[in-house]
Amino acid sequence: MSLLRQQGSTATAPPSAVPARGLRTPVTGRRPGGLSARTRHKGMGLLLVSPFLLLFLAFLVAPLCYAFWLSLRTSTLVGGDHFSWFANYQQTFTDPQFLSGVRRVVVFGVVQIPLMLGLALLGALIIDEVTSRLAKVFRMTLFMPYAVPAVIGALMWGFLYSPTFGPVNSISHSLGLGKVDLLSHALMLTSLGNIVTWQWTGYNMIVLYAALQGLPREVYEAAKLDGAGQLQTALRIKIPMISSAMVLALMFTIIGTLQFFTEPRVLEHSASSVITPDYTPNLYAYNLAFQYSEFNYSAAISFSLGAVVFIGSYFFLFATRKRSGLK
Amino acid sequence: MTTVAAPAVTAAPATGRRPSAARGRVTVNVVMVAMILYFLLPFWWLVVAATKGNDALFSTAALWFHSPGSFFTNLQQLFTYNDGEYLRWMGNTAIYAGVSGVGATAVATLAGYAFAKYRFPGRNLLFSSLLGAIMVPATALAIPTYLLLSKVALTNTMWAVILPQLLNPFGVYLVRVYVQESLPDELLEAARMDGAGELRVLWSVALPTLKPALVTVLLFSMVGTWNNFFLPLVMLNNDKLFPLTVGLQSWYEGAMIQSGANALFTLVIAGSLVAILPLIVTFLLLQRYWRGGLTVGSLK
Repeated sequence: MSLLRQQGSTATAPPSAVPARGLRTPVTGRRPGGLSARTRHKGMGLLLVSPFLLLFLAFLVAPLCYAFWLSLRTSTLVGGDHFSWFANYQQTFTDPQFLSGVRRVVVFGVVQIPLMLGLALLGALIIDEVTSRLAKVFRMTLFMPYAVPAVIGALMWGFLYSPTFGPVNSISHSLGLGKVDLLSHALMLTSLGNIVTWQWTGYNMIVLYAALQGLPREVYEAAKLDGAGQLQTALRIKIPMISSAMVLALMFTIIGTLQFFTEPRVLEHSASSVITPDYTPNLYAYNLAFQYSEFNYSAAISFSLGAVVFIGSYFFLFATRKRSGLK
Repeated sequence: MTTVAAPAVTAAPATGRRPSAARGRVTVNVVMVAMILYFLLPFWWLVVAATKGNDALFSTAALWFHSPGSFFTNLQQLFTYNDGEYLRWMGNTAIYAGVSGVGATAVATLAGYAFAKYRFPGRNLLFSSLLGAIMVPATALAIPTYLLLSKVALTNTMWAVILPQLLNPFGVYLVRVYVQESLPDELLEAARMDGAGELRVLWSVALPTLKPALVTVLLFSMVGTWNNFFLPLVMLNNDKLFPLTVGLQSWYEGAMIQSGANALFTLVIAGSLVAILPLIVTFLLLQRYWRGGLTVGSLK
């Protein structure tokens, strides 16, 4: 996979670091006189891209348009189905249930995301520096939860949290801390945050680690000669140099957090009084559609959520364009 | 690409670094061990719990084995409960992951290759909307897709789970980047000079070179489908079509509703263990591939 690995480092690595297949010549080196394939086979390109184009239209463009169309209509038993412009959106942004879900997810994200990415960064710096067998075990162990479906991750933690037979209670009891109900109203967000952190830290660590591995080693040597310690090298060289990877990891984490669904949905069964149907915006949209058959309103919520994520990420990427390197 | 200037490093005094380095190593090792223990905890609990019968599950210490164990009884129950619905779910999951994975990889390969090596009308527009598509949250699409598919009577069929997951914009992006990096135009031109048609060039020249990228895309789409919960949950009503994730969740729901002494708990636990083993083994065996994919994901 070294070819892919090189991607990020082409700006800083010497040209020889790009693994050539022997035939590599400068991009401008077109065959003299010969027409480039790019211009010759218009039809071919279209043909190759057509399966993707069809899927793109059917499962991205069409659902988005349909959701938007639905969200502009209102369907009532008395009034029937009619066009109501932005009434659903007006309702969305004044709906206390929706707003409390948004607030909850934001509070969750503000605490959990920096914690998780901080842990991931710490882990990445460690495995970039230490090459012992322990570090190898560390890398594999932290990544393992990524291979676990989110449902099963939530199930396992749900059992561990259980006040009846989970170990957490017996441990806190033997420490003399009394009964701790991790599924209570007060602790639920923390408990959910723990599940998400457990599940995604390793993934982000590997992303950041891969970025670190793409950095040119000579810079470290220079720093070492200048007398920088490992900690200083990490803080002043490594972290600034992988800021693009960190920006992207942050963005994808935020996108994931705004869609928060699986973990609260699973824990809902063990704490139905705490996890209400409107606990997160996504859970709310799901329940509106499938419990209450309010498809129009649900579409408005889905669409608002999608639009916020989409516009947010575009602005985020635009604002950090220099750093993220996404073209 | 990013060009980050290396910040100036202030010289640190070289003296007295030895003892602090040793202390640093100890600290780092302690941190690693603590994190390993935390991340292993649920796995450890799952393995221990899978060896217990229903009574022992509720009455014995959660993090240690209890004898007599009933691991094999649990497994036997798991595979026979309700006419072996677990095995059916496993088969469904394999079908969903296999068909979606292979299909998505094929579609992404053709499109990624076309984006990198051909010009065609609408190419730039389509490619920038593809980048946008990576950022459209999948869960916002699931409910409208369900409504659309219900109009053509496709909900509650395997197609409802397979078709939407054939669309993998990130896979297209990954293939395109890889083609640009590793497949020089000259190589394709040479094959054309030798009289190979466009499809022949793709099949015998491009594909062999692209193999690592294809394995990465395949791995990511398969795992994505294997782990997907929201889409099948929305699309499927018929429990005969459930994948493992939705099936296990429905067992858990059932166990919670009947609460307490319910054999479903041991089934959920054994079922979770059996469900994650193949994934973990795959991941450990194919390490270099997912790492490659994550690198592109992080840097481009």
